[in-house]
Amino acid sequence: MTDTLSEFFTEGEPIADTQAPKVPIDKMWTQRQFDAGLVQPTNRGKLSVIVVGTGLAGGAAAATLGEAGYHVKSFCYQDSPRRAHSIAAQGGINAAKNYKEDGDSTYRLFYDTEKGGDYRSRETNTYRLAEVSANIIDQCVAQGVPFAREYGGLLDNRSFGGVQVSRTFYARGQTGQQLLIGAYQALERQIAAGTVDEYTRHEMLELIIEDGRARGIVARDLVTGELETHIADAVVLASGGYGNVFYLSTNAMGSNVTASWRAHRKGAYMANPCYTQIHPTCIPVAGDYQSKLTLMSESLRNDGRIWVPKRAEDCDKDPQDIAEEDRDYYLERKYPAFGNLVPRDIASRQAKVVCDEGRGVGPKVGDFRRGVYLDFASAIERLGEDAIRNKYGNLFDMYMRITGEDPYKGPMRIYPAVHYVMGGLWVDYDLQSSIPGLFVAGEANFSDHGANRLGASALMQGLADGYFVLPNTIRDYLSKGPYPQVDENSPAVAEVKAAVADRTEKLLSINGERTVDSFHKELGHIMWEYCGMERNEEGLLKAIDLIRSLREEFWRNVKVPGSADTLNQSLEKAGRVADFLELGELMCIDALHRSESCGCHFRSESQTEDGEALRDDEDFAYVAAWEFQPDEAGLPGKPVLHKEDLTFEAIELKQRSYK
Amino acid sequence: MNLTLKVWRQEGPAAKGGLVTYEMTDVSPDMSFLEMLDVLNERLVAESEEPIAFDSDCREGICGMCGLMISGEAHGPDHTTTCQLHMRTFTDGEVITVEPWRASAFPIIKDLVVDRGSFDRIIESGGYISVNTGAAPDAHATPVPKQNADRAFMAAECIGCGACVAACPNGSAALFLGAKITHLGELPQGQAERSARVTSMVDQHDAEGFGGCTNIGECSFACPKEIPLDVIGQLNADMRNAARSSR
Ligand SMILES: Cc1cc2nc3c(=O)[nH]c(=O)nc-3n(C[C@H](O)[C@H](O)[C@H](O)COP(=O)(O)OP(=O)(O)OC[C@H]3O[C@@H](n4cnc5c(N)ncnc54)[C@H](O)[C@@H]3O)c2cc1C
Ligand code: SF4
Ligand code: FES
Repeated sequence: MTDTLSEFFTEGEPIADTQAPKVPIDKMWTQRQFDAGLVQPTNRGKLSVIVVGTGLAGGAAAATLGEAGYHVKSFCYQDSPRRAHSIAAQGGINAAKNYKEDGDSTYRLFYDTEKGGDYRSRETNTYRLAEVSANIIDQCVAQGVPFAREYGGLLDNRSFGGVQVSRTFYARGQTGQQLLIGAYQALERQIAAGTVDEYTRHEMLELIIEDGRARGIVARDLVTGELETHIADAVVLASGGYGNVFYLSTNAMGSNVTASWRAHRKGAYMANPCYTQIHPTCIPVAGDYQSKLTLMSESLRNDGRIWVPKRAEDCDKDPQDIAEEDRDYYLERKYPAFGNLVPRDIASRQAKVVCDEGRGVGPKVGDFRRGVYLDFASAIERLGEDAIRNKYGNLFDMYMRITGEDPYKGPMRIYPAVHYVMGGLWVDYDLQSSIPGLFVAGEANFSDHGANRLGASALMQGLADGYFVLPNTIRDYLSKGPYPQVDENSPAVAEVKAAVADRTEKLLSINGERTVDSFHKELGHIMWEYCGMERNEEGLLKAIDLIRSLREEFWRNVKVPGSADTLNQSLEKAGRVADFLELGELMCIDALHRSESCGCHFRSESQTEDGEALRDDEDFAYVAAWEFQPDEAGLPGKPVLHKEDLTFEAIELKQRSYK
Repeated sequence: MNLTLKVWRQEGPAAKGGLVTYEMTDVSPDMSFLEMLDVLNERLVAESEEPIAFDSDCREGICGMCGLMISGEAHGPDHTTTCQLHMRTFTDGEVITVEPWRASAFPIIKDLVVDRGSFDRIIESGGYISVNTGAAPDAHATPVPKQNADRAFMAAECIGCGACVAACPNGSAALFLGAKITHLGELPQGQAERSARVTSMVDQHDAEGFGGCTNIGECSFACPKEIPLDVIGQLNADMRNAARSSR
């Protein structure tokens, strides 16, 4: 195996976070804030920050930095910051408020997150996340976010997969929307105050580095096609996740890796890229025209029971005609303590197991039925249809609209789908990447969720990073500025801009035979088949080969109509897919080298006798941070692996069990 | 199913636009309207034509990015967003016209894509609660009666899609405006700036070139989030109160 591996990458120097203060974990964040340099209020307006992304992480960061008085430029590719992908989050946001007095605490939230991530996240960052979580709720309520409330006027909570306390705050099935509107409004307030300049329908296509520091970006105005240079003292990437590398996912259509990948190509390390979360409760694929998959919030698992027929012969029967004793409530059977609320990786994999056994339900796509029932019959009987409508009404409507079936009358059908990525650009405790001056927040960084993210924790991380962490840590960086003026017309900057123009021109001039979407679909298929819910060496080797030839064909045979100087959605897609084609290979290399199973990364070679993921702490308790290495033609060569050892002091490393 | 589409094509903001006819065969009833356009676009690219530009992102009915006039109705015949409209709503052989939102405050950028920046500028003019990060009191310090919380939530469901404006014969954004006024006005946190908010937001609304509301009600009918007309009543009440308190 080692021989095979050395064909794909080389190993470099280890890497470590140097920013977490050496004090007990519960004092660390206070200490770091104290140690961080200050910037006098009158000097702040002279310092500038570029924030790419207006989701929870970017929107919150830009608003907060604006409030502090820095000069902020905020970018998004949509027509309004309010439309960032965070808006789609349904279920809720965690916070260790212990409003239910059910034994919750900062430590327990930290513990659950570490354990949920299969001990592959950095202890210090995760602890801080739990620590600031409670402030998020206060902040959002003050902004007017209409969380669900009880009759007494206080906030309501519910529980989510993988935990045994009720710490999830929610706004019906629209928590992401409501939180994002809060951040968006705070951002608009700063725009009115003149501290933030807004650049909508702008796409960052390159990072500008000067003297080894991130100093700006090249962005394309998507309406006029013009390439613009923007310079600042620091750059924040909050550009979201790259799940769309799989083509079909629950991500928004425009979600992409370009901002991160361009930074990666310029020296930012990409950490744990293979950690992809597959969400267990999505509406199954219905046909090959499908453009995306729709998530049914995980909160449905609070009341819905998951089952498939015990016998494969029953699979095409009407579910109502299958007697209780002929149903296999497989999660309740295998994991009695957590039942339907097991974490996502387990729920997903078990759905795959029963479908692979031939017990899936719903229409056949290809030779397979890929679906399991999520049944509300007993909850409706127990609580009444109105109570269920009140809790999940909009999700039920959405299901009905998409499938044409009524979930109040029969069970829903669900199947796992790509949903979230735990991998992303490597950052230290300050959220600074391996390029000085380049900070990364939200789903775009790798730090807090390890190999698996618990439900309702991404929103928490986005807002923690954006409202509380980044504004404090970036302050330290800015306090050492202002950094020397960068001339927008300097040869170095002009060169970066010219490279972007060349690349755009190249995409338009190939004029081959295949559409961008056809490449994207094919890449997605390879990724899902070989680097999806389950991976093995043979499949990954094959995938790397397939991706390389697909990439070669892309640059020879893609067809991008239209021109560069207008709104050109084909061109936008082409640039994104070109980057996905490079990222996909790195994901497979990362998955190949990590021959253990952990969290959502399930290597079939590494499982226990009863089919559970078998972790290998001896050999793999590290973060894999990859450095880009170009070959002579500037294409991806052999990446360099830098290992960051994970040390556990506040928590004991244990085998994860939900039985 | 087989369908005839008449789609508005317009190269740029200043170009002259017109309807172009496309025949569609084998449309699956399970496709969403936008997936049907995707299929058409794949075909156009293969035929070396420029695909039709239209906006969408989440395709889950929540981001508010999509929005088309479909046979004269904002978002089409169902009470939903364009991305959640499925082809099973149409009948075989139907002729469907597809146009962009039409309102002077939403200029056309290209084909079916319009500029809704005016909505952001309305929010910028006061559609927020002025609170800086970091100093918020404990969330339980301010209980909110459930009926107020529920009404605030109902109004906060507006996704800023613009269908209300497109549906309104006057091109008024009163429903969008009323939704935000009601959302923040139902909450204790929103009281301090209540009068100032409504005044500046209405001023901005008018400055953007949106029309006046004459209570026609098409907006609420077209709204995919079923924002009720009474938010406009709330808007008017708040306006009256603001006028009174400034006297
Ligand atoms: C359907 C769904 C439901 C979910 N439900 C939950 C939930 O209930 N609870 C939970 O905790 N998490 C949930 N998640 C996960 C969570 O929503 C995301 O992880 C989180 O919102 C990501 O936020 P972000 O700020 O990092 O990025 P995003 O919200 O993805 O924002 C990315 C931003 O970057 C911009 N951008 C990207 N690339 C560029 C570029 N090159 N140039 C310029 N701008 C760019 C975009 O315009 C956008 O503004 C859900 C996710 C999905 C898909
Ligand atoms: S009020 Fe309704 S129609 Fe108008 S923008 Fe909001 S959601 Fe869209
Ligand atoms: S694409 Fe988001 S609402 Fe339609």
